[in-house]
Amino acid sequence: MSNEKKFTLRNAINQGLLAGLITTLISTVGMVELFSQRQLIAGVMTMAQLFIFLIPALISFQTARKAPKNSILLFSAVTSFFASLPVLVLILLASTFGLRRFLINVSPSLIETLTFGQGPLVGSLILVLATTAVGVAAAFVDQMDEKIRKPILAGLMWTILVGTFSEILQERLRAFFGIGFTNLIIKSKALQPVAALIFLVVVTAISYFWQQRGDSIKKGLASQSATQRRNMTYAQRIAFFVLLLILPLLLGSYLSEVTNNVGIYVLMGLGLNIVVGFAGLLDLGYVAFFAIGAYVMAILTSEGFLGVAQTSFWLALPVSVITAVIAGILLGTPVLRMRGDYLAIVTLGFGEIIRIMANSDLLKPYIGGAQGVLQIPKPSFFGTSLIQPGQLYYVVLAGVLLAWFVSTRLSNSRLGRQWMAMREDEDVAEAMGINLVNTKLLAFAIGAGFSGLSGAIFASKLTSIFPHSFNLLISINVLSLIIVGGMGSLPGVVVGSLILVGLPELLREFAEFRPWMYGALLIVMMLAKPEGFWPSAIQKRELHADEESPPVEEVAAAD
Amino acid sequence: MSILSAKNVTKRFGGLVAVGNLNIDLEEGSIVSIIGPNGAGKTTFFNCVTGFYQVTEGEILFDGQSLNHRSTDLITRLGISRTYQNIRLFANMTTIENILVGEHPHLKTFWAEAIFRTPRFLKEEKDAEAEARRLLRYVGLAGLGDSLARNLPYGAQRRLEIARALASKPKLLLLDEPTAGMNPNESAEMMRFIKNLRDDLGITILLIEHDMRVVMGISEHIHVLDFGQKIAEGSPKEIQRNPRVIEAYLGRGAASGLEKQTDGISATV
Repeated sequence: MSNEKKFTLRNAINQGLLAGLITTLISTVGMVELFSQRQLIAGVMTMAQLFIFLIPALISFQTARKAPKNSILLFSAVTSFFASLPVLVLILLASTFGLRRFLINVSPSLIETLTFGQGPLVGSLILVLATTAVGVAAAFVDQMDEKIRKPILAGLMWTILVGTFSEILQERLRAFFGIGFTNLIIKSKALQPVAALIFLVVVTAISYFWQQRGDSIKKGLASQSATQRRNMTYAQRIAFFVLLLILPLLLGSYLSEVTNNVGIYVLMGLGLNIVVGFAGLLDLGYVAFFAIGAYVMAILTSEGFLGVAQTSFWLALPVSVITAVIAGILLGTPVLRMRGDYLAIVTLGFGEIIRIMANSDLLKPYIGGAQGVLQIPKPSFFGTSLIQPGQLYYVVLAGVLLAWFVSTRLSNSRLGRQWMAMREDEDVAEAMGINLVNTKLLAFAIGAGFSGLSGAIFASKLTSIFPHSFNLLISINVLSLIIVGGMGSLPGVVVGSLILVGLPELLREFAEFRPWMYGALLIVMMLAKPEGFWPSAIQKRELHADEESPPVEEVAAAD
Repeated sequence: MSILSAKNVTKRFGGLVAVGNLNIDLEEGSIVSIIGPNGAGKTTFFNCVTGFYQVTEGEILFDGQSLNHRSTDLITRLGISRTYQNIRLFANMTTIENILVGEHPHLKTFWAEAIFRTPRFLKEEKDAEAEARRLLRYVGLAGLGDSLARNLPYGAQRRLEIARALASKPKLLLLDEPTAGMNPNESAEMMRFIKNLRDDLGITILLIEHDMRVVMGISEHIHVLDFGQKIAEGSPKEIQRNPRVIEAYLGRGAASGLEKQTDGISATV
């Protein structure tokens, strides 16, 4: 919409200052300093430097798109130059007055990072020049032909990605190829410059060739017969399934553990997706069912003094799920006549009630109060105790596959249509003969069941549970991952969990800034991609309603 | 035999009497209109019949059963369905999905059967979709099954809404201004369509309408409301000559001026 307006030099300056302010902000909250510990490419680039230059580069990219055709380089140079000014002011203020009294994170080492260790004056000069250069380079890349631009961007992105996760990759490479070979590529947690360069070139080349050939390959696929194509999809599915089965072998113990955590959230996300994504009921107390599942599993199987039955995991599992479902129905019945915001507030209250009850003195003799329940055994399978994360992975996987299966089948049935209709227009749905209370209760109960299953696995994975593991933040996390992935979309739940649960575990520096990053990510998502990373079909329809042109005018006129 | 009879129905919102002491009887298989100026209580009466509002006093009987204290979904299951003044389709669902939702009261399989895809479930889904496509053809929207309801042209949306209402196999169909916003040609086509609907399916149709050409053209009986009260009822001919109706629509002065040339009324109103 604003594209129509003329983009003037003043706009370019504003954009640049905005980028600079963002960089200054992440510097003053301590992110840059923390990230300077992580080397992306040994001796060449740290994560902090990536952050300093990435934001001006992105904004410069934007400027180049909007600027008048004949002065693109000038505009992006101006943008990136002004992007460096706020940081410059920060450096000068910090080195003359010492801002530490007001901004605890503006430490000498931050200034050293920002000035590349060259002292305030020379460093500032380097910063300004380098930022401007990066901005101009970004504009250059933007001006290139799409056939060249896309591969280059892909190459850069993958190299940065590999650099970011070099610590984990190093461990994996060592496990498969030995220390000698690994050291050539990744040494002391940093990608080696030569390897990085080779990697960049290879990825760019592959991406380039794929682009050249991709179309003809796709054409070849399209010309196949229906049976051939069906065979292809079957083959793909089987390959994917085999990959899922051998995944722990490839990932190793640490990554399997991370995968399990992601899986627990995926399972919860699939449940909440039914409630929020399919049926459109905003439930902010979803953690309550997770807690109920976990506590039932704990009490039934614990070998400590709180355990009542010492049953096996497999016997306790259905009991946990059923208890969660019953709780879902009990909690749902009185509140489901409410709509929208009211429902959200009431469910929020329920979530807190369950947590406070778990913490209370009243129930302490039964569920341990703040001390929690200890000595929960890990699940065992035909006599083998599933102690390793790589073994437990299969339990999580089975749960996720089950929830996925049930979700898909239900969404393509009458019940799925009922949920969709209810989300679209509750009154009309009722006028179509749909019993709203039953339909909502079913969504609530099935969602609660998945959450209970997730909680039960969680309890037995951790072997001890405490009330503070079930706070409001879990509900918010699960809701956020659904929004980030795409409401009502099953793959979206997985993508959302990987981004919001997986990434922070891999980049442990982020942990400190987790809420900060969540907020930033959600705002950016709402502005740039409100339908999520992997939107469901119906969400896409809804949010891009005004962009589509009605395609059916002529057909209808012809009837 | 009357299929729907409203007996002394009153609906109050606080002090406002939206519908007062209304008596309406519908002959089975007839086409009946309710007309009246804006705010006369026509849509309120529809909302009372469909259970969206509970009547304050009086009783509405459908097929001999009282509709008081029944919820909207149960009333739909008894055989009453409706369309809305401002079209209320499930805008982001396809036309077929819209009709499938309308078929809901007639689908019998238990929800969990969908998980296991039992033969019964598969058959029912297949039949339901065939029925939906048949209805789509019936209302003249064949071939538009997979387009989003939102993307349909206005007239097609009206017809889709009727198809969705028909999907529940109603005995009584309530149409709230089915020709609102249409040009004379489209209204005439809609009029024929409504007539055919009754002739083909034998259902009773009650409609609210402002377009007098439509009202006079298809109604067998007309009820006139003003300020929630029934001021007249009768055949189109009788209504056209009724001085109270003319007064309600045009005001007292205009009514006295027009009394001499009542024949022109159908055109002026």
